[in-house]
Amino acid sequence: MSGNAEPLSPRSKLAVTAGKAAAAVSRAAGRGSGSVIGGKVALRLDPDLLQRLAQHLDVVLVSATNGKTTTTRLIAEALRANGEVVSNALGANMPAGITSALAGGSSARYGVIEVDEKYLSGVARDVTPKAIALLNLSRDQLDRAAETRMLAERWREGLSGQKAVIVANADDPLVVWAASSSPNVVWVAAGQEWKDDAWSCPACGGVMQRPGDDWFCAECGFRRPTPTWALSGDHVLDPHGSAWPIHLQLPGRANRANAATSAAVAAAFGVPPQTALERMYAVKAVAGRYDVVRYQDRDIRLLLAKNPAGWLETFSLIDPPPAPVILSVNARSADGTDTSWLWDVDYGRLAGHPICVIGDRKLDLAVRLEVAGVQFQVCEDAADAVRRCPPGRIEAIANYTAFQDLRRAVGN
Amino acid sequence: MSDTSLRLVWVYPDLLSTYGDQGNALVVERRARQRGLDVQRLDVRSDQPIPTSGDIYLIGGGEDRPQRLAAERLLRDGGLNRAVDNGAIVFAVCAGYQIMGHEFVNDLGERSAGLGLLDVTSSRGEAARCVGDVLGDADEYLGLPQLTGFENHQGITHLGPGVRPLARVRLGNGNGTGDGTEGAWRDTVFGTYLHGPVLARNPLIADMLIKLSLDVNALTPVDDTWYDALRQERIAAATQPA
Repeated sequence: MSGNAEPLSPRSKLAVTAGKAAAAVSRAAGRGSGSVIGGKVALRLDPDLLQRLAQHLDVVLVSATNGKTTTTRLIAEALRANGEVVSNALGANMPAGITSALAGGSSARYGVIEVDEKYLSGVARDVTPKAIALLNLSRDQLDRAAETRMLAERWREGLSGQKAVIVANADDPLVVWAASSSPNVVWVAAGQEWKDDAWSCPACGGVMQRPGDDWFCAECGFRRPTPTWALSGDHVLDPHGSAWPIHLQLPGRANRANAATSAAVAAAFGVPPQTALERMYAVKAVAGRYDVVRYQDRDIRLLLAKNPAGWLETFSLIDPPPAPVILSVNARSADGTDTSWLWDVDYGRLAGHPICVIGDRKLDLAVRLEVAGVQFQVCEDAADAVRRCPPGRIEAIANYTAFQDLRRAVGN
Repeated sequence: MSDTSLRLVWVYPDLLSTYGDQGNALVVERRARQRGLDVQRLDVRSDQPIPTSGDIYLIGGGEDRPQRLAAERLLRDGGLNRAVDNGAIVFAVCAGYQIMGHEFVNDLGERSAGLGLLDVTSSRGEAARCVGDVLGDADEYLGLPQLTGFENHQGITHLGPGVRPLARVRLGNGNGTGDGTEGAWRDTVFGTYLHGPVLARNPLIADMLIKLSLDVNALTPVDDTWYDALRQERIAAATQPA
């Protein structure tokens, strides 16, 4: 199962080398880590390279709207208990980035791969995974992405007949709909605060009934499957009913949910929950997310929230009032250019926090907050916002490119 | 209705609330309360009857399948048509706008019947999806400033003689028919392709709906500083693309 039983063909080897050369040139030119361009060059030379690189690995795929980068890190850390792991830990999650990451780990036993939700079916076909973790699906960048239910439909088609173990969130009806075409599913009660993309039954269109944590469609009988793993407060419940404590450096309910799913994935590879969860403690900031930085003699925690579901989970983990909050929103093409989603987020939950708003679309935020009836200040930039924040650790929440801007501004 | 209360009905948020459509309800609610009105907001799911005693009904945008389901359930229910017969105001966006018309093309590629509250008929465009900022001059009858919004639709809506366009676009596609029209209205029923949400970008439309429901010509002014700043920025961005 492990190591390179068969060497790569000459064509594949050349493709890997050419890809590495392109990545080095890209890095030298100061254009990022180079992982994507390296993978693109390599895939052009050998279109089957991804498949060939993966065939010597036990592959885990991780996909979701939110939490895939963090969960990929958690699973990789857990599986290192059993052997070397190669992973696209930096979040380059489309085929080129994945190819580049796998090419970097020729002696690895496991490949733990984050996959963009639009590419899951194709990558799953190419790499013959042993396990696929599915965390959640919700609205994200609707001006350029597929409709959320259509994504679930594509997952469902791509996963039918999959031999991999699917480890899926029983609390997200769209994920359950997508996963239940597969014969081999481990259901995890991982929770999902955001519910507004699943009021309509994905199977028949009936109105979903959602009493407490349960959910079902009264019309067609599609319902929440019985989970074998569960997140319960600060513990993971395993299939034997044992409760294992979660110790993470990462904050929030959503990350505890990611840990629960990761423990279930690790168990499928023979790593016991206790070992897996202990190892997950090593994961701290993921690509700057959750990092606490020192700037202008202030502590600032950097939080990424890209869509309504992400903002909701983020609000539940920030320090209570009067902790100051900086909000930053852009609408460049990587963010989605329609800011309407701001109105799906309940900014009323920030009442009592001193709030400073920045970013390309700070005026959209200003109107949103005005209508929510909460106090706020519109600021020039990060430096100005930090200066205006009253004492206390600052919680800075930003969407995708705004988060990159913020990291640069505070020297992260 | 009394002069001091407003019944605001948000129709089918379980199906048609994909593009921040709650924002339109929040803006009407906020601006009515700022005028001292007692606002009752009712969010009606698609397995509940539509009340016929509302003053303003809002219906939003959504994906193709929920749009078909919403039209089927609204037709079966009949409440929205009765409310309009009683003089209620309807403001419909995108998928909701198409449902107000005679028919639209559904997710199965078939024609679905709409409610016939607007003399419009929608089909699906062959060209690329209309996505981006929109700028338009509002129908002179409405006494509104320039409209700004964001469109994201494949639909094309043809207007019949029983409606007037809500606006003429300067930028963007609007109804997608190539004649420069955007949205449609007659009496108390309004439809538009604009998100943003449109009432956050154009608060005077929200005020127009409130005035219609109270049957008054003017409302006490409220602080529009941030709305105005946002409007200026979006209008400038639309007219001077980067």
